[in-house]
Amino acid sequence: EFRRFSLERSKPGKFEEFYGLLQHVHKIPNVDVLVGYTDIHGDLLPINNDDNYHKAVSTANPLLRIFMESFEDADYSAFGTDTMTRKKNVLSNVLRPDNHKKKPHIVISMPQDFRPVSSIIDVDILPETHRRVRLYKYGTDKPLGFYIRDGSSVRVTPHGLEKVPGIFISRLVPGGLAQSTGLLAVNDEVLEVNGIEVSGKSLDQVTDMMIANSRNLIITVRPANQRNNVVRNSRTSGSSGQSTESSLPSSTPNILGNLLQGEEESDEEDIIIEDSGEPQQIPKAAPTSESIESLSQIELLHESTQNGFLPSSEMNSNHSAGSISMEYDVPDAGRKSLEEDGTIITL
Amino acid sequence: FSLCQTVEHGFPHQPSALGYSPFLHLMAIGTRSGAIKLYGAPGVEFMGLHEENNTVMQIHFIPDQCQLVTLLDDNSLHLWSLKQHGGASELREEHRFTLKGPPGSPPSATQITAVLPHSSREVLYLGTESGNIFVVELPSFRVLEDRTISSEAVLQRIPEDNCNRRSCELVEALREHPKNPDQILIGYSRGLIVLWDLQNNKVTHHFLGSQQLENLYWQRDGSKFISCHYDGSYTQWPVSSDNRQPEPLENTVPYGPFPCKAISKIYWQTTKNGLPYIIFQGGMPRASYGDRHSISVIHGSQQTAFDFTSRVIDFFIIFSSEPAAEFDDPSAMVVLAEEELVVIDLKTAGWPAVHPPYLASLHCSAITCSHHVSNIPLKLWERIISAGSKQNVHYSSMPWPIDGGTNIAPDPPQRDLLLTGHEDGTVRFWDASGVCLHLLYKLSTVRVFLTDADPNDNMNTLGEDEWPPLRKVGTFDPYSDDPRLGIQKIYLCKYSGYLAVAGTAGQVLVMELNDEDAEHVVDHAEADLLQDQEGYRWKGHEKLKTRDGPVRFEAGFQPFVLVQCQPPAVVTSLALHSEWKLVAFGTSHGFGLFDHQQKRLVFVKCTLHPSDQLALEGPLSRVKSLKKSLRQSFRRIRRSRVSSRKRRGGSGNASEVQEANAKFDQDTLQEMELAPVQRKIEARSAEDSFTGFVRTLYFADTFLRDSSRHCPSLWAGTNGGTVYAFCLRVPPAERRMDEPVRAEQAKEIQLMHRAPVVGILVLDGRSTPLPEPLEVAHDLSKSPDMQGSHQLLVVSEEQFKVFTLPKVSSKLKLKLTALEGCRVRKVTVANFGSCKTDDYSENDLAVLTNLGDIQIISLPFLKLQIRYPCIRKEDVSGIASCVFTKYGQGFYLISPSEFERFSLSTKWLVEPRCVVDMPEVTTNNHVHSKPGVENAARKSSPGDYGEDERKSGRLMEHALLNDEKVLKEIQSTLEGGR
Repeated sequence: EFRRFSLERSKPGKFEEFYGLLQHVHKIPNVDVLVGYTDIHGDLLPINNDDNYHKAVSTANPLLRIFMESFEDADYSAFGTDTMTRKKNVLSNVLRPDNHKKKPHIVISMPQDFRPVSSIIDVDILPETHRRVRLYKYGTDKPLGFYIRDGSSVRVTPHGLEKVPGIFISRLVPGGLAQSTGLLAVNDEVLEVNGIEVSGKSLDQVTDMMIANSRNLIITVRPANQRNNVVRNSRTSGSSGQSTESSLPSSTPNILGNLLQGEEESDEEDIIIEDSGEPQQIPKAAPTSESIESLSQIELLHESTQNGFLPSSEMNSNHSAGSISMEYDVPDAGRKSLEEDGTIITL
Repeated sequence: FSLCQTVEHGFPHQPSALGYSPFLHLMAIGTRSGAIKLYGAPGVEFMGLHEENNTVMQIHFIPDQCQLVTLLDDNSLHLWSLKQHGGASELREEHRFTLKGPPGSPPSATQITAVLPHSSREVLYLGTESGNIFVVELPSFRVLEDRTISSEAVLQRIPEDNCNRRSCELVEALREHPKNPDQILIGYSRGLIVLWDLQNNKVTHHFLGSQQLENLYWQRDGSKFISCHYDGSYTQWPVSSDNRQPEPLENTVPYGPFPCKAISKIYWQTTKNGLPYIIFQGGMPRASYGDRHSISVIHGSQQTAFDFTSRVIDFFIIFSSEPAAEFDDPSAMVVLAEEELVVIDLKTAGWPAVHPPYLASLHCSAITCSHHVSNIPLKLWERIISAGSKQNVHYSSMPWPIDGGTNIAPDPPQRDLLLTGHEDGTVRFWDASGVCLHLLYKLSTVRVFLTDADPNDNMNTLGEDEWPPLRKVGTFDPYSDDPRLGIQKIYLCKYSGYLAVAGTAGQVLVMELNDEDAEHVVDHAEADLLQDQEGYRWKGHEKLKTRDGPVRFEAGFQPFVLVQCQPPAVVTSLALHSEWKLVAFGTSHGFGLFDHQQKRLVFVKCTLHPSDQLALEGPLSRVKSLKKSLRQSFRRIRRSRVSSRKRRGGSGNASEVQEANAKFDQDTLQEMELAPVQRKIEARSAEDSFTGFVRTLYFADTFLRDSSRHCPSLWAGTNGGTVYAFCLRVPPAERRMDEPVRAEQAKEIQLMHRAPVVGILVLDGRSTPLPEPLEVAHDLSKSPDMQGSHQLLVVSEEQFKVFTLPKVSSKLKLKLTALEGCRVRKVTVANFGSCKTDDYSENDLAVLTNLGDIQIISLPFLKLQIRYPCIRKEDVSGIASCVFTKYGQGFYLISPSEFERFSLSTKWLVEPRCVVDMPEVTTNNHVHSKPGVENAARKSSPGDYGEDERKSGRLMEHALLNDEKVLKEIQSTLEGGR
């Protein structure tokens, strides 16, 4: 059921009042509901207190889309980043009554209720001395906010200790994304950028790589402060892992284990304005319908068998460092239906 | 694919030495970086590089050999040989040698100042700073100690009252007697000259010069010699058997009576008519002309002081080298100046210059851009050459006098033009088809504008009574009257002869080739690129003032349309469509389209972000920040100088100094810590500066709106990652003048990574890049496939992306920067053929990155094929100057005056391939041990030995080396002829 009503933007009032208003307009005075809204990035975010209620009202421009769901049928995973773009259809999820029931969740502070700004990833495959940090740069104005510099670090090599050039974080901008995460600090040594080792690369090269990846930046660092490292339970003694890593610098893991397929592709979508109309995201080509496209597709597959060239689904899992990777789409029925969902406005 | 750096075009950077072999007819040039380059007939060139990279001080060819010796500034000698290998000659270093004195002797004892390769080809005489002359054997460089001519030995044989020990310090010149190889003339710096007999180890004559000696030269018959001096004088001395201590015949200060500069080198050339040529370098009056770089030629009453544009490194005279000839009969003077090579024809009245076929001074005015056009149609080629020949009438018609060696490289496969734009507003057209980069035609855009410089300001016009009789020669002129005239972009359509040229002050000129002189008015239009923006102030330079009324243009490319962008910022991109008669141009503010048929501005588009103040204000605000950083770095230098002075001049108290030093070190350390080199990591945003800067413009006939109808379109890419597409309506040819060209914006693509767009390309239904305008009309290309769907390739500095058309959806991408940390600097589509089969070819992208790597990326699948390191990444100007050709070759500047040519394709390779055959050393040449034979030879050939006969003689010798049968044939024909 859809309802459309107006609120005074300057005086939104309290969440309690709003909640009552919703129950009133839907004529469900005694039903507990979960309330959510879509923000400017198309993410479904919850409304459950005054703060996020006010935030929601302030983002309306001028329309604010609110979703309600019976408390018992709630699907918590519906909330969070990229929910609108990644889930097949939020509405169908929310409205489908036969959704498999889940155990009641605690309402406050569910991780999904927040958009991540950073995360530590690949803890299971990295040596304990290293930390792989992912920074999520949304369309926000918040700067990434850090500087890097040249420096030198000491490595253990088969020939003994050796001083090698390295790249270090030199400064964090107050209020920037990097500082606010608390995961990066001045003098941390940068080892990899999005899975590519930086050793042998110049400061300018690493700068260019980081900026090119700025929408989905994954930095592997060796923190200057080693006391806050994640200690793994599975390992009986952490020391052995450390020593193997430091004795062979080339063995630094460069596979991005948890770099999911979807994440890689969501990093950037170009925008097109046709005939001075509305800006839209450029969709991926869906080639099968056109004859010439399918021809090129055949050539492509032909080439792939010749040169050991892999179609994208395999490519991404096989994302190797140091070489140029290519992405292109192979027809994928499952994703295609999503792409035809229509326009998603992001500007 | 294979990367091969094939040849260096242009003039060597910082030349330091010159040598010539009259026997091989080869010239050698050494540079301050230790390179040595040999040049002969056009196409004959060799290059060598000394490992030490030290300055080449002297070059001497070994007489009658394919060998030469170089002296470097580290006092080492190097022997180079030309040897045949695989059918072609190669230059190789054979030996190196450093003269060592006895232990404990000062370095000056062995510091070489003069080198004389003896005509016996067995020894080198090495004059040193100590005055001793060492003899080394060739090719082993073994010192023959018993033959050393020590200064003591010389002194002993001269009456003591005339000389003291110091007279024999520093050997300035060593000259072998032209007729008697057993005698050498030794000139010491302080003025003493002795004639030394090698057989008997004695002084036969000694000559007492009063002035410091600079150089010596023998008259051809050996009866006289000439010496030149530090005070600007030269002296003739007789050598007669009776007088052991002759007096000078004549002592002249040619540009006296006021103090003159030194004459550093002199030639004395005899002629049939009796009047000798005296040719000398320097000697100008110190006060008024001391800054001139001159060489004077005196022949009877004729006297000219050639005034060069840069310092003269060295020069030589080409004269009859046949020992049998009675006279020198000089034909040409070859002068190596610091910035150019000048050859003067001495046989033609007026002594005109000869147009060199190679060693062109690319940097006559600094190169600001270059543009390459492959496969020029013969018609256009001939018209350009004819326009150029009208400009070159003042050159001598003499064939190029340095004609050694044979070019055996295959003829260039096609006619290629390289166009260079210069700071002074000229465009030079170079024949880049082969090994010799040759100037065909020079175009100046200056005439269109009103500049401060007076066009009639001719340096060459000098009154007849002028003294000294200076005459400017050479073309090097690095001083630009007005930097706004600088050429920034060039586009030539080889089919129509239309040329578009754009410059620093927002000027865009469209020109047409006209074979005749013409006087006409240039249509003038202004394009206001800030149309809708209000309240901005341009702080950069003003636009150029134009000339009113008709302007006279010489034959060649003549401008007929001038568009001036407002604000007059540098034109950053340019495209010309000769079929649609449209020209598009872009600056940091936006872009515009001009119809040069109707002479009407079609539209302008402002690409500026409203907050981009920097771009609005123009270059000045950037200059400010540059100034600031310069000031800071100067301050740092000054501070470190002050401190080092302090350290050196420290007072007696050592501990105090130490303390001060420690404090200073700490200070500098702190300073270093305060300002480490660091880089900000930040995503690009729409508000960044210079996002509106138009980087690329592209015309395409493609499916922009729907897949059923294609139409002309204009594409533009900006620094901020935006691509604009305009749909154009060009009226059909018959109504072209009646209906206006219309344009409408159809698409705008914003790349989310916001990197600068450096290339846009449309691929047709067969995934082939669209042909150039008029290419299909001239049957030189298949017409593009308009049935299948087209694709759009957008190249940013960071990524390659393929989109479908007309509905834009992303199809493929190749990320470069995200994975490798390098950025695209130059990109071109190149056609690669196979060297195995003629019928295979493919199109690929040739890409130069900011690290100086060249990558080849396949089309349309964007697969990296291969990567080559090509240019050092520190060589920013080299990377910026790189141009690719359509067939996988390229050029980049290795110095301001030299292009390095490289090839990525195994099929198209332009490299020098030449043979230098050593003419058989005939009995004609006087050989040390056989004076009798020499006489016999002279008898057999009377005085004037014909040029033709000499040539046939050479031919015969040539053949002898290769095939005896041929030799016999030639011999029989020659005999039959006689």
